[in-house]
Amino acid sequence: MATVSLTVNGKAVTANIDPRTLLVQFLRENLRLTGTHVGCDTSQCGACLVHLDGKAVKSCTTLAVSVDGASVTTIEGLASGDTLHPMQEAFREHHGLQCGFCTPGMIMSAVDMVNRRGHQLDEKTIREDLDGNICRCTGYHNIVKAIAAGAEAMGKGAAPARQAAE
Amino acid sequence: MSATGIGAAVRRKEDHRFITGQGRYTDDVNRPGQAHAYFLRSPHAHAKIKSIDTKAAAGMPGVLGIFTGDDLATDKIGGLICGWMIHNKDGSPMRAGPHPALAQGKVRYVGDHVAVVVAETLAQARDAAEAIAVDYQELPAVVDTAKAIGAKTVVHDEAPDNSVFNWHLGDKDATEKAFKAARHVTKIDLVNNRLVPNAMEPRAAVGDYDAGDGIFTLYTTSQNPHVARLVLSAFIGIAPENKLRVIAPDVGGGFGSKIFIYAEETVCVWAAKKVGRPVKWTADRTEAFLSDAHGRDHVTHAELATDAEGKILGMKVKTTANLGAYLSTFSSSVPTYLYAPLLSGQYDIPAIYCEVDAVYTNTAPVDAYRGAGRPEATFVVERLIEVTARQLGKDPAKFRMQNYIKKFPHQTPVIMMYDTGNYSASLKKALEMIDYKGLGKRKRDSARAGKLRGIGFSSYIEACGIAPSAAVGSLGAGVGLWESAEVRVNPVGTVEVLTGSHSHGQGHETTFAQLVSDRLGIPIDNVSIIHGDTDKVQMGMGTYGSRSGAVGMSAIFKALDKVIAKGKKVAAHVLEADEADIDFADGHFAVKGTDRKLDFGSCALQAYVAHKFNGQELEPGLKEGAFYDPTNFTFPAGVHICEVEIDPETGVTRIERWAAVDDFGNVINPMIVEGQVHGGIAQGVGQALLEGARYNADGQLVTASFMDYTMPRADDLPSFDVGMTVTPCPSNPLGIKGCGEAGAIASPPAVINAITDALGHEDIAMPATPQAVWRAAQKSISRQAAE
Amino acid sequence: MYAFTYHKPTSARQAATLLAKKEDAKLLAGGHTLLPTMKQRLASPTALVDLGACPDLKGINRKGRNIVIGAMTTHAEVASSAEVQEALPALAFLAGSIGDPHVRHRGTIGGSVANNDPAADYPAALLALGATVVTNKRKLTAEEFFTGLYETALDEGEIITKVSFPLVSKAGYAKFRNPASRYAMVGVFVAKRGSDIRVTVTGAGEGGVFRWPEAEAALKARFAPKSLDGLKHTAKGINGDIHADAEYRAHLIGVMAKQAVAQATGK
Repeated sequence: MATVSLTVNGKAVTANIDPRTLLVQFLRENLRLTGTHVGCDTSQCGACLVHLDGKAVKSCTTLAVSVDGASVTTIEGLASGDTLHPMQEAFREHHGLQCGFCTPGMIMSAVDMVNRRGHQLDEKTIREDLDGNICRCTGYHNIVKAIAAGAEAMGKGAAPARQAAE
Repeated sequence: MSATGIGAAVRRKEDHRFITGQGRYTDDVNRPGQAHAYFLRSPHAHAKIKSIDTKAAAGMPGVLGIFTGDDLATDKIGGLICGWMIHNKDGSPMRAGPHPALAQGKVRYVGDHVAVVVAETLAQARDAAEAIAVDYQELPAVVDTAKAIGAKTVVHDEAPDNSVFNWHLGDKDATEKAFKAARHVTKIDLVNNRLVPNAMEPRAAVGDYDAGDGIFTLYTTSQNPHVARLVLSAFIGIAPENKLRVIAPDVGGGFGSKIFIYAEETVCVWAAKKVGRPVKWTADRTEAFLSDAHGRDHVTHAELATDAEGKILGMKVKTTANLGAYLSTFSSSVPTYLYAPLLSGQYDIPAIYCEVDAVYTNTAPVDAYRGAGRPEATFVVERLIEVTARQLGKDPAKFRMQNYIKKFPHQTPVIMMYDTGNYSASLKKALEMIDYKGLGKRKRDSARAGKLRGIGFSSYIEACGIAPSAAVGSLGAGVGLWESAEVRVNPVGTVEVLTGSHSHGQGHETTFAQLVSDRLGIPIDNVSIIHGDTDKVQMGMGTYGSRSGAVGMSAIFKALDKVIAKGKKVAAHVLEADEADIDFADGHFAVKGTDRKLDFGSCALQAYVAHKFNGQELEPGLKEGAFYDPTNFTFPAGVHICEVEIDPETGVTRIERWAAVDDFGNVINPMIVEGQVHGGIAQGVGQALLEGARYNADGQLVTASFMDYTMPRADDLPSFDVGMTVTPCPSNPLGIKGCGEAGAIASPPAVINAITDALGHEDIAMPATPQAVWRAAQKSISRQAAE
Repeated sequence: MYAFTYHKPTSARQAATLLAKKEDAKLLAGGHTLLPTMKQRLASPTALVDLGACPDLKGINRKGRNIVIGAMTTHAEVASSAEVQEALPALAFLAGSIGDPHVRHRGTIGGSVANNDPAADYPAALLALGATVVTNKRKLTAEEFFTGLYETALDEGEIITKVSFPLVSKAGYAKFRNPASRYAMVGVFVAKRGSDIRVTVTGAGEGGVFRWPEAEAALKARFAPKSLDGLKHTAKGINGDIHADAEYRAHLIGVMAKQAVAQATGK
């Protein structure tokens, strides 16, 4: 067993875990944060994306114990209280989701994209940068629209405090 | 039109939980004391099981139980069923081998279920499964669709030549006569590639058993929990229906693959009682590849006869359909009644004859996948039409226009009675959207840059709104395909609708609420849609075949009529008027010709307090149910046009433009409908360009993960230009035709017709991968050089 | 995954000691190859030595005519490094094309190089640029280091600490991605340092990364895409799979080589 201490969505958590526990298992099973999903075994679908010290990573390909001391933000931690993050709002407004299973990863990926590439994202950039996220429902059409709009909204200062803190 | 009523692009009510990570999928369900199941699967495509030794495994840490097919048999748990009987040409029934949930004596495909281990943790279950010793006697495998019949290897003794059935539809003699009179006959050979549905949420199940009341509960990833309960109860024998609850919570996509009743779900709910603990199983992606029912997998030869003017005279189709190693729940209906009746497409074809050989092979079972039979039919029709137009030197748009059905109703020679449509209107609109006139210039521009540009059409039709129970019963279905609804009005006028439809991405919580809001004149936030739990919703047939709007909402419509009728009675008492004088509009019951009225909420309250009437003359309460059985299929139809540019150096095909014009009849929520079209096109483009399940000669699935099976990604696709025409469906009260499968049905031939136009020859199969297109482009270049 | 013990040393020296002490121990860098393999139970190390807390394995530095990159530097860090972008833009471009953005946040140059996956990008850059692999024991040229499919010259207990890339006057990288996995199906790196021209190919070779001498010779006359016109790589020794047979891959080598030269020459 190994001890791991993390800050998850702003809260400190410490647990004694089997070293083979993946970060996604730790979030889903130990913390019952089930918004982070597992959609493949090969690090490709992106349903498991979380932000690790402010950067999007695949939590199905990360050992919880190896990120000891890190700050993790999951989809559950993106909104500020009752105020949705602008990217969450954009996904709803532009119908960027259908079954909702890939959605948490998509949104975490989109916020990371804005963090890396800024608020003005053209369609080509968004599509190419989404190659680590797979959606089977939407054909991506509305996801692309949602990300462009969400990126712009984030630029208008609508981003909540947590993002700034990352 | 109100802001939340019929026709409005209402933002989805269900989205809040999904975008905040609060969705509740089956794998998110955790029961106290839950144990974990791991399935030991066959590594061989075909083998006799000489023995299974579980002794060493049973003693391993954490193991609670290990079960094999013998244990299921001892408990008299029946095999999985195929619910649609197909008859051979000679009238004899199809030849179906047994389909045990855990293998008995033989395994028939890689991934077949040999044993299950239930343990405290998943890792322990998997460790123990590795310690089970299975003595296999390997047998040769039959894999190839076209070579299955008469192969030396026999998958099931019940089907000695691997033929499940040899079926036909249409008038053979009339068709032969039409071909004799033809001036031109077009002949094509097609492969409709095998696909893996790959809903992003893998299948999962949590079985639970309440020993106190003897009640089983199964949480499962199902598109139709009531059908699951029916089959698990009446056929498999888990428990009587009143002792079995099936819950399908949020489901992360289905596309058909979650219609079926599978081995894992069956075993989990049964094993919960055996080990006295809740049992959970969640597929990993490779298990999904191996054991989810696959789609398509047809090999077809087709011919089209035309006269001197280019009028179509007849069509002949011969298809071999691979059903895999076992008959999945609805597998037999897919290459038969969901396929051949669509072969008339949008065209006036006097004579059609279709023969289908369905075969067993040592591959995963094949069943309905988005479109189910109709994409296969559309691929045959639209490739034939395009190739014929080219061979006759006619413009493909004009050739279609010439042969479209123009008068309705129209009886095709293959069962279907098309009720309404306007195919030319869709084509004209699509031609404008894609700027067909500018194509010549765009082709020249591409050529200057060393690229090949092509355009491809697809005029599809589908039969949706599945389906009139009497009709499907006469064709072999084991169930009726009506839908149920119950509308419960609460005392303050809020409404709960219980529906037998199931939403796994389609947005029913929004569209169904729009209908209720619109009809009752109440705020949409006052309406909740409840589905997916057999304890809450009494009975239902579920969601597939683009049926939830046309059938599911029609049932709600019918129940709402009853609520309004009852409300009128209540209002008549309250307003002291004759019931015949009460009108209901805009959320108010009013006495005709007066200003006396009662709003819907007050009427509901009066129905429950029942002070204004005595319970003998009028029952208290406001709750009504309805079953709706459609009178005909619905016939969504449209035109998709795809424009591609090929880089002959690399073989990469880019989709440059996509115009889709669909006629779905009346539309409840255009935003959601367009989203369904986008997703359908993406899956069809996936089939045409990227996806293909491949087994090697030994029956090993070589595309068993996203590393080798190409899923469409954002940069593989363009944005789509989506338009609509509307001819309301005459057979249901809302005029809805259905939209869920259209994109997947329309798009594969549009893509392949565009690629073959660019290449200048027809020699390319799906998926048209860069390698395949590069090779085909070399052929184009060498032909051009020879000319 | 099978069970293992977990160790997190704070220096390369400590890591080496642990690696030597534990039987069947494996080093964990970004984990993006090792962890999926372990999840499938295709690898079963009894101990993992995580290099994530060794500061001496991190960082990007310009040392004279070299760019030196610590083994635990992520692909994202290399791609976004102003130093690399300025001195070796092709290397930054290559790093920014590996996997997807999330993989690049975790995957490291050391992990990629040590694994020598035949479809990995970095080996092409190391071989073309004449990089030196520095370990806790010695220095190896790229030619010495990559010895075959998934094989390197690394000894038991040897840890890559950094990779040193000498600067070149021109370099470019082009790859054709596997449509499914998005790994390199064919990747070609070209580099020019005076008259020393190298063309290396990843993703295609049966034995992993290799040089293409005919293309190097052709580019010596004139370093321009046109110089490669008509030059075809043989299909002999080239990989084939369901996505691309040897003939198609061999053809793509020529196409990607031209694109790489075009990138290197700004054309």
